[in-house]
Amino acid sequence: MLRYTVLRTGSLLISLIVASLVIFFTLEVVPGDPASFMLGINAQPETIAALREELGLNLSPWARYVGWVTGLVQGDLGVSYTYRTPVAEIVAERLVISLPLAGYALALTILIAFPVGIWAATRRGSVADISVMGATQLGIAIPNFWFAMLMVLVFAINLRWFSAGGFPGWDEGFWVSKKALTLPAISLALPQASILARVMRSSLLDTLDQDYIRTARAKGLTKGQALRGHALRNALIPVLTIIGLQFSFLLAGAIIIENVFFLPGLGRLVFQAISQRDLIVVESVVMLLVFAVIMVNFLVDLAYSWVDPRLRGRR
Amino acid sequence: MSLLRIDNLDLDIYGTPILKGVSLEIGQGEIHGIIGESGSGKSMTALSVMQLLPEGSQCRGAVHLDGVSVLEADEAALCAMRGDAVGMVFQEPMTALNPLQTIGAQVAETILIHQDVSRSEALARAAKVLRRCELPPEQFPLSRYPHELSGGQRQRVVIAMAIALRPKLLIADEPTTALDVTTQADILRLIQQLVREDGMSVMFITHDLAVVTGLADRISIMRHGAVVEQGGGASLHHKMQHPYTKSLFAASSHQPERAVPAPDAPLLKVEGLVRSYPAGRRSLFGTAKRVLAVDDVSFEIQKGESVGLVGESGCGKSTLTRAILGLEATQAGRIYLGGDEVLSGGQASADVRRKMQVVFQDPYGSFNPRHKVDRLVSEPFHLLGRKATAAEIDEALVSVGLTPADKHKYIHEFSGGQRQRIAIARALIIKPELIILDEAVSALDVSIRAQILDLLADLSERYGLTYLFISHDLSVVRSITDRVLVMKQGRIVDQGPSEALFSNPQHPYTKSLIEAVPVLPGA
Repeated sequence: MLRYTVLRTGSLLISLIVASLVIFFTLEVVPGDPASFMLGINAQPETIAALREELGLNLSPWARYVGWVTGLVQGDLGVSYTYRTPVAEIVAERLVISLPLAGYALALTILIAFPVGIWAATRRGSVADISVMGATQLGIAIPNFWFAMLMVLVFAINLRWFSAGGFPGWDEGFWVSKKALTLPAISLALPQASILARVMRSSLLDTLDQDYIRTARAKGLTKGQALRGHALRNALIPVLTIIGLQFSFLLAGAIIIENVFFLPGLGRLVFQAISQRDLIVVESVVMLLVFAVIMVNFLVDLAYSWVDPRLRGRR
Repeated sequence: MSLLRIDNLDLDIYGTPILKGVSLEIGQGEIHGIIGESGSGKSMTALSVMQLLPEGSQCRGAVHLDGVSVLEADEAALCAMRGDAVGMVFQEPMTALNPLQTIGAQVAETILIHQDVSRSEALARAAKVLRRCELPPEQFPLSRYPHELSGGQRQRVVIAMAIALRPKLLIADEPTTALDVTTQADILRLIQQLVREDGMSVMFITHDLAVVTGLADRISIMRHGAVVEQGGGASLHHKMQHPYTKSLFAASSHQPERAVPAPDAPLLKVEGLVRSYPAGRRSLFGTAKRVLAVDDVSFEIQKGESVGLVGESGCGKSTLTRAILGLEATQAGRIYLGGDEVLSGGQASADVRRKMQVVFQDPYGSFNPRHKVDRLVSEPFHLLGRKATAAEIDEALVSVGLTPADKHKYIHEFSGGQRQRIAIARALIIKPELIILDEAVSALDVSIRAQILDLLADLSERYGLTYLFISHDLSVVRSITDRVLVMKQGRIVDQGPSEALFSNPQHPYTKSLIEAVPVLPGA
C-alpha cells in the first residue's frame, strides 16, 4: 500500500512538472504582445518598452519560467497584466464559485446516476431498463446550455422559484448561495449523470454475470444481498474512473453555463483573460486546472487501491 | 429414504427444452456421479435443485430435498435452503470467489446469513472450517485475499464456504476440472474425507469418467438432457449396457493408431534455454527478485517425431512454447529449427516461423468472430508474403474433415470440435514441419477428443508432421506421443519413451504425477 502510494505520488510530481513546462512554453509562442495590447494601438514604442521591462517580459524564457514556478509553489501567482491585482486574489474570488458549483454538480450527478444505473441493471431488458437507456441517451444528446435556458424559462421566469442568474456571494448565507447555484448545477449534472448512469449500468451488468455472484447466491444470499454485498464494489472501478474525469471537466468546462447564468466563475475568467492577452492569468488558471485534474486522478488512483486489494501489491 | 429425489424433471429455457424427464435419487451419505459431455444438461440438473437457473427457465416435474418440494418453495424458503441444507462447489476456482473480500469474510458470510451469530464468532467458525479444508489459519490467515492463493487453495475456500454449515447435500459441479492432476487428487481426497466425516450426500458432476468411478457409489450418464443409464460406481464399467455409455468409455481410453517414425535428422533443437521474469519487490527499495520460468532447458525433437511436454501449471510450459515460437526474448540459450536459429538478432524471421505453427487450447477465443473461415484459415500466409489460393484453402479444410463450402461461414456456426479442426487447418495450410499443440484437446469432450486425436495421427502420417504436444492430461499425451519430457519449476526433470515412462516411471516427480491420475477400472 505504501509502495503504491509513493509510486503514485512520484508520477503525480512528474506530471505536474511536465504540465507546467508545456503550459508555459505553449503560451510563449502564442502571438500577441501583452504590453502593446494593454497600452492600446496608439502607444509610444518607448512606453511599451518600459512596460515590458516592468512586467519582466524582457527576461529570457527560462528565467521567467523559473520565476513563475517558484512563485506558484509559494502561492504567488504574479500580478495580472490587465487588472493590476494579484492573480491569486482574482482566482480565489472565482474559485469560491466554481469549486462549490463543480462539487454540487458532481454530487447531483452521483445521486442521480447511482440509483438509476443500479435500477436499470437489476431489470435488464425490461421496459424500465429500456426507458432508462432512452432517457440517458436524450440526456447526453441535449446541449446543456439549451437545457439551462429551458430551466430558466420554467423555474425562474414562469414559476419564479429561482433567480434567473447571478450570484449573491457567500456572505448572503449558505442556502441563498446554494439556491443560486442549483439551476446551473442541474444543467451541468444532466449530461454527466446520463453518462455515469450508463457506465454504472453496464459495469454492474458485467459483475452480475460473474461466477462469484453465482457463488454468493449458492450460499443463500438473496438477489439484493448479492448485489449490495458483492456486485456493487466490484462494479465501482470503471465508475470511479469516469467520476474523476467528470469532476475535472465540471471545474473547467462550465464556461457556457457560467455565461448563461451570469456566474463569475473560473471559466469566464479564462475566457476574458485569453481575449485580453492576460497571459499570466491564463497560465495560472490553466496550471491550477491541470493541478486539479492531476490531483483528482491521484485521488481516484488511491480510491482504486482502497476498492481493490489486488492493487495494493503482493504481501 | 432418499435425501434428494428428482422425478421426471423437464426444464425449458425460453421454450427450448433443456432437460427431458430426468429422474434420479441420492440416498443419505451417498456419492452420486453425474457424467455427460458438454450440453448434456448435467449442470442444469444441479442448478434446478438449487433453483439458480438462468432467466426464462421453466421447470416441470418434482424435486424433493429432504421431503421438501423445491419447485413449489418460495424465494425466501429457497434462500434459507441454499448454503444451509445444500452447498455447492463450482468448476472455476479462479473466478468463483469475490476478489475484493478476504477469504475469512467470504466463508463467514455463509454462517452469518443463516445463523444469528456475531461477526467474530462467525469468523472463528470460518477459521475452523478452513482448517478442516486444510487451509490452517497459521499459514493462510483469514485476511488473505483470493488473488494471494493458488487455484487449488481457492477451491478449498469454495469447499469451505459450501460445507461451513454441514449441509445434507453437497453439489460439486466439475470441482477439479480446472486443476492440475496432483491438486485434483488432493481435492478429491478432501471431498471424500469430508463426506465420510459429516455423512453428507454428494451430487458429483464431471465429464471425466475416471474421476468419478473411483469415488461414486452410483452413477448417472446424461446425454441430450436425459439420463440414459444409471448404475453402481465401481462395477459400472462391466455392467453398463447402453451403447452411449459404452462409447463414452471407449472414447475415454481411446488410442489412435500411429505408425512409429524412423529416426531422422533433428528438426527442433533447444540448447541451454533460460528465461527469467522480474518478480514483485518485497519493499520499495529492495532489489527485485527474478523468477526462473525456464531454467537451462535443452532437448531435441527428431523429424516426424511426436513429443509430449507435461507438467503442472506454472512449470514453465507456456514460456518455453512462446520461446520456441520466437515470441519471447530469452536470457541465454539457442533454439534451432531445421538448422536455422529461431531468434536471430532479437527478431524471429518469417522464414523460420513459417516452418512451425501452433494450435491453442481455446477453440472459442482464438478466432476473430468477424471474419469468415477462409480468411481465418489463410492467416498464416502473411509469413509467405502472398495470398492463399482457393485451392489451398479447400485442401486444408478437406484435410481436417471439413468441406470447401465451410469457408463461407463464420466461426460461431461451428461446434467446439469443428473449431478445433479449423484451428488445425489454419496451422496446416502453409505446410509447416513442426506443429505445436498447446493443450489443443483439453477443452474438448471425450468423444470429440478421440476424433481429433485420430485426425492428428492421420495428418502426421500423411504430411510427415512433427508434433510438440503440450498438455497437463497425461493419458492423452501417452496415447499420441513417442517420447515425453516432464517439466517442473522450469527444468526438464525426466524424459523417455512414452510407454516406458508411463508404465514404469523412475523419477519421483513423474511417479507422483502418474499416481495422481484417476484411472478407469479395467482400463
